[in-house]
Amino acid sequence: MTRLGVLAPVALLLLGGARAPILVPEISQHKVEVRQGFTGADLLLFGAILDPAGTRAAQDYDIVVVLKGPVQSIVLREKRKVAGIWVNAASSELRSAPSFFAVVSSRPVRDIVDDKTAAIYELGLDRLQLSPIGAIDPQRQRHFADGLVDLMQRQGLYREDGHGVTISGQVLYQARIALPSQVRTGTYTAETFAIRQGRVITSAVTRVDVSKQGFERFVAEQAEGNGLLYGLFAVLVSVGMGWIAGRLFALV
Amino acid sequence: MDVYLPIANLAVNGLVIVGLGALTGLLSGMFGVGGGFLTTPLLIFYGVPPTVAAASAASQVTGASVSGAFAHARRGGIDYHMGAVLVAGGVLGTGIGALLFRLLQALGQIDTVINILYVLLLGGIGGLMAHESITALRAQRRGLAQPARRRRHHPLVASLPLRWRFYRSGLYISPLAPLLLGMATGILTMLMGIGGGFILVPAMLYILGMSTNVVVGTSLFQILFVTMATTMMHALTTHAVDIVLAGLLLVGSVSGAQIGAQFAQKAKPEQLRLILALIVLGVALRMALGLGYRPDEIFTVVPL
Repeated sequence: MTRLGVLAPVALLLLGGARAPILVPEISQHKVEVRQGFTGADLLLFGAILDPAGTRAAQDYDIVVVLKGPVQSIVLREKRKVAGIWVNAASSELRSAPSFFAVVSSRPVRDIVDDKTAAIYELGLDRLQLSPIGAIDPQRQRHFADGLVDLMQRQGLYREDGHGVTISGQVLYQARIALPSQVRTGTYTAETFAIRQGRVITSAVTRVDVSKQGFERFVAEQAEGNGLLYGLFAVLVSVGMGWIAGRLFALV
Repeated sequence: MDVYLPIANLAVNGLVIVGLGALTGLLSGMFGVGGGFLTTPLLIFYGVPPTVAAASAASQVTGASVSGAFAHARRGGIDYHMGAVLVAGGVLGTGIGALLFRLLQALGQIDTVINILYVLLLGGIGGLMAHESITALRAQRRGLAQPARRRRHHPLVASLPLRWRFYRSGLYISPLAPLLLGMATGILTMLMGIGGGFILVPAMLYILGMSTNVVVGTSLFQILFVTMATTMMHALTTHAVDIVLAGLLLVGSVSGAQIGAQFAQKAKPEQLRLILALIVLGVALRMALGLGYRPDEIFTVVPL
């Protein structure tokens, strides 16, 4: 350990300032196909972190993996009791609400980095950059962000796990993130951060493509782009099934 | 059995959906109502997005009313003349409903309005039905003959201009009355995802004063065409008809409807009506709790 400590600066000098360790991230699948019977997917995000100086990482790193779904513009509405009934009384328009967001780390994020770093890299559910439209005071903004996070967490779409990454031999890390069936389709980005002493040393991005395939894709495309035929088909199916059932039961 | 719904973007247990369809089909077969008032809230409760639930429930109601309408047609239980006027009103109503839907959605009050409509309509009609069937059952127990209700249309209907003869209904009234009635149910179908049968049947009896033997058949006839129009309207405007969801619901409801129809022939009508009244009141109560006591969610997300 001590020898390495002495050697490391030498090695760094030799490498000409290539101080950042190498991070090699990988995902168990780069394509998630939403087909009939899709009930969600279990992604394994793993990889290795190597110190360029030696054969293994000499220092203790913390790993944070952030998996983020496509962002969408949304209106978030809040119900309040007005004259005895609950109605939508307040709303906030958010331009970049992620449809899926999971932060998993080897230790709880607040033990790894300070507030400022967490805010810069969007590490943590309370650090989401939602880009609200229009001037809105920070306290109300916080209130709406908390409401969104709570709602999405209960739907399984937002998640934060302070012990979700396991690091073995200080070289290999792995994390599991489950995608529920109601995920939106699109390109998901998985960003892996290696953090030491509160500073992000290096990061790397991999992508996962979530898309509807086969019959599901066909149905979604027809419903969106070919409303008239799709509607006629739906009517035909419902009338046909009702009629057939009537005929069948008449035989019984 | 996991089934992925391509428009609702959600995996559901297919057997639960088929069971739900069977339950509402049973109701429609027994009582001649579409059962949409039960399907839509239960689907939303199960996690299906509200618009998809309303749009797909409409096609389920189509399926459930087809065989009933055929059966009534065979024994001459449909006043086609009256039905055509009702359908014309209903189709107009779905158009107005689609506009209203969009307006309320923009205002952010669509779910509150739908909930209030459910509470008022289901609560009111459920209450009336319960009251009526309980008095009828009491009268029977005392061995009294039930006083025959005088068939007459409402004085307001008589004051409308223009008069047509509707032979099978035994009426000589203004076509504006059924047109407006059809329109109202069309709007409700579009907004609430219900067929409107439980509003149409009492309205035909007590407001229009149609003769009883064509009421259920004509109501099914109107529901059949108006829900078809609703499905089309949703397919063209909201793109929210989920054919897989509708198919599952249909499998359950068309068979449920047949079983229900055979059931209905054996049971006493007053008891049936009391059961339906209790179910209707139950749904209304559930909705009222969400409005007055505690909503399911304080925050809701709508795409911009």
